[in-house]
Amino acid sequence: MEKRVTFSRWSIGILFAVPQLILIFTFFYWPAGQAVYWSLTLQQPWGGGNIWVGLDNFRSILSNADYWKSITASLTFAAISTGLAMLIALVLATLTDRQLAGSRLYRVVLIWPYGIAAPALAMAFRFILAPEAGFMAVVNQVWPGFWDPGLDGTDAMASIIVAFSWKYVGYNFIFFLAALQAIPRSLIEAAAMDGSGVIRRFWDIQFPLITPTIFFLLVINITESFQDSFGIVDIMTSGGPANATNLMVYKIYSDGFKGLDYSGAAAQSIILMLLIIVLTIFQFRFIERRVHYR
Amino acid sequence: MSIIKQGLAALAAGALGIALAQPAAAEPVKFDFWFGLSGDLARVVDTLCKNFNASQSDYEVVCTSQGNYDATLQNTIAAFRAGKQPTVVQVYDVGTATMMLSGAYKPADKLMEENGYKIDYSDYFPGIARYYATSKGEMLSFPFNSSTPLMYWNKDAFAKIGKTEAPKTWEDVGADLKALKDAGYECPMAINISANESWQLMEQFSALHNQPIATKNNGYDGLDARLEMNKTKFVQYVTDLKKWYDAGLIKIKSKDLGQDMVQAFASGTCEVIMTSVGDHGTVGKTQKEGMNWDVAELPVYAGTERKNSLVGGASLWVLSGKSDAEYKGAAAFLNFIHDPKTALFWSTNTGYIPVTKSGFDYLKTQGFYDKAPYKGREVAIASLTASEPTEITRGIRLGNFTQIRAEFGTQMQAIFANKVSVQEGIDTLVKNGDAILDRFQQTYPNKTLP
Repeated sequence: MEKRVTFSRWSIGILFAVPQLILIFTFFYWPAGQAVYWSLTLQQPWGGGNIWVGLDNFRSILSNADYWKSITASLTFAAISTGLAMLIALVLATLTDRQLAGSRLYRVVLIWPYGIAAPALAMAFRFILAPEAGFMAVVNQVWPGFWDPGLDGTDAMASIIVAFSWKYVGYNFIFFLAALQAIPRSLIEAAAMDGSGVIRRFWDIQFPLITPTIFFLLVINITESFQDSFGIVDIMTSGGPANATNLMVYKIYSDGFKGLDYSGAAAQSIILMLLIIVLTIFQFRFIERRVHYR
Repeated sequence: MSIIKQGLAALAAGALGIALAQPAAAEPVKFDFWFGLSGDLARVVDTLCKNFNASQSDYEVVCTSQGNYDATLQNTIAAFRAGKQPTVVQVYDVGTATMMLSGAYKPADKLMEENGYKIDYSDYFPGIARYYATSKGEMLSFPFNSSTPLMYWNKDAFAKIGKTEAPKTWEDVGADLKALKDAGYECPMAINISANESWQLMEQFSALHNQPIATKNNGYDGLDARLEMNKTKFVQYVTDLKKWYDAGLIKIKSKDLGQDMVQAFASGTCEVIMTSVGDHGTVGKTQKEGMNWDVAELPVYAGTERKNSLVGGASLWVLSGKSDAEYKGAAAFLNFIHDPKTALFWSTNTGYIPVTKSGFDYLKTQGFYDKAPYKGREVAIASLTASEPTEITRGIRLGNFTQIRAEFGTQMQAIFANKVSVQEGIDTLVKNGDAILDRFQQTYPNKTLP
């Protein structure tokens, strides 16, 4: 006979869910709803009143060439930094998993970057990548004018990608290493006895078995590259030069808080939210098919 | 309710005082002052607040730094919307238009009048007063920390090319920079081209040459003002700067690149910069040992009738929705800041200039400008008072001007990176800036600037 604890009345179930619902409502739906409302009006910053403008805010944003430039910059940033952070982390985790000399040390040290706040690490990278005083000054001495993030948009984009990837390598590394260590040793040893080399074993056994982790990290990295990039951009480039690193999240901040255009910023954050939702749906719909869950 | 409460508290305190036969021990009325300066300057403001609190026993000002100007305005708006605003707040120059339309302030002139303080507004340097006054001349806020840009030049380097004076025209600047370059100086002049430098490169240049930045007298006469610097001498100026940059006579120095222009000048790396008089102290304190330098007014093009430069900095606004007692305290505080002695304290400890004629005269009689390190700062007053302010050199009254400055930085970077031509860049600046102004006007449909 099946035994199952059930609540006789649905209201008790609801009652248990209420604390959670209140939290989600207060910290997510309410502000999000407010943002939707603001995006459909023109708000006076000091609260003196507002005017209903319907979709005008969205129209003016989407007809602005600078905004499309910002979307392109965000997508470029997301693609390259996610790729870089995951690839490096995967290589490092694989090496650590093979118990190479010093792997215990890496395991601890590689986690640290994730613990550093974005503005702090951006400050460090600003010094490292400064064209006149930092590490890149040496390169500039050999090839004058090679590195100029102050005027060259590509260089500036490269700087923030490097800083962001450096932080997320640590994060990805932990997950990859855990996934690799969860693979039964016997599988790998069996393959080794059958005569397959390191690379072969990686592609045929380890890689397919960690696809759930890869997929999880892909979703997280892309989402974070849209959101967590703010501190790095703010300290390193302030969105410049000539808007080359004006990522969507930074543009929301500068329009909303510096420019006091609350409505325009609200509309932009709705667009950003939709973009992240679409990207995540896309990943679940098309990439997850290739993931093998055990 | 609170008046009754405070009345009762005062009564109780009074009764207690009589009963114990002690001097009145009434709690001073506390009020908040939020400001946007940090570091060294924040410590000076804190001392200023302590001095005020020590000077009388009726009021106590609680001074809180919000880090920078942007954050101060943002936090004040957030606090105001929640009904927890400070009584006095420091708002930077370009926030003036936004403040005037906010409906969130108590006019400073009215506040002083109501509380029995007589302020002689004609005592303010006209260039400073008009920047913050309405188009009709009423003072809605009190000028506080004020500065204007100067040209800093390295006397040793100029001596090498046989010059003992700073260049007065841009034509001379071009020739001198060339001579400096030929004499072996790697970086004859340093500039930066971010949003912040809109101040010296665009706003001040336009004022000195009596060129408009926007229609409607730079926005004083209405929210429908639109930018027009793509049709003024400013285009010529940017063209020249770009030409000199391409010839290696000008280098770009910014903090992001490892060294900002003030550091570049103080270390002797670059020979000429244009920056605020507020940096005068910093250069003096951090300069290379034995380096000879001086300041001069910003140059103008030959044949230009020089006008006054614009004031930069911030003013103090009193916000609405506070109690009468707090307003009394705020009025006393503003009166304290207005005092020439406070001006001396303020100018001695910061690079800012006095804002009133009496303050300036007081500093002069004290011999403030006679010796280093303060010698040279009087040039800033000369620059500010070079002429009576014209309709255009009163100031700039444009909504969301912070965003227009950001657009300035963006377009200058595009121009200097050879992405667009000078004219194209400035045309885009006007186009995008107008969109910002358009939006600002739509946000305040039935309002007009006072």
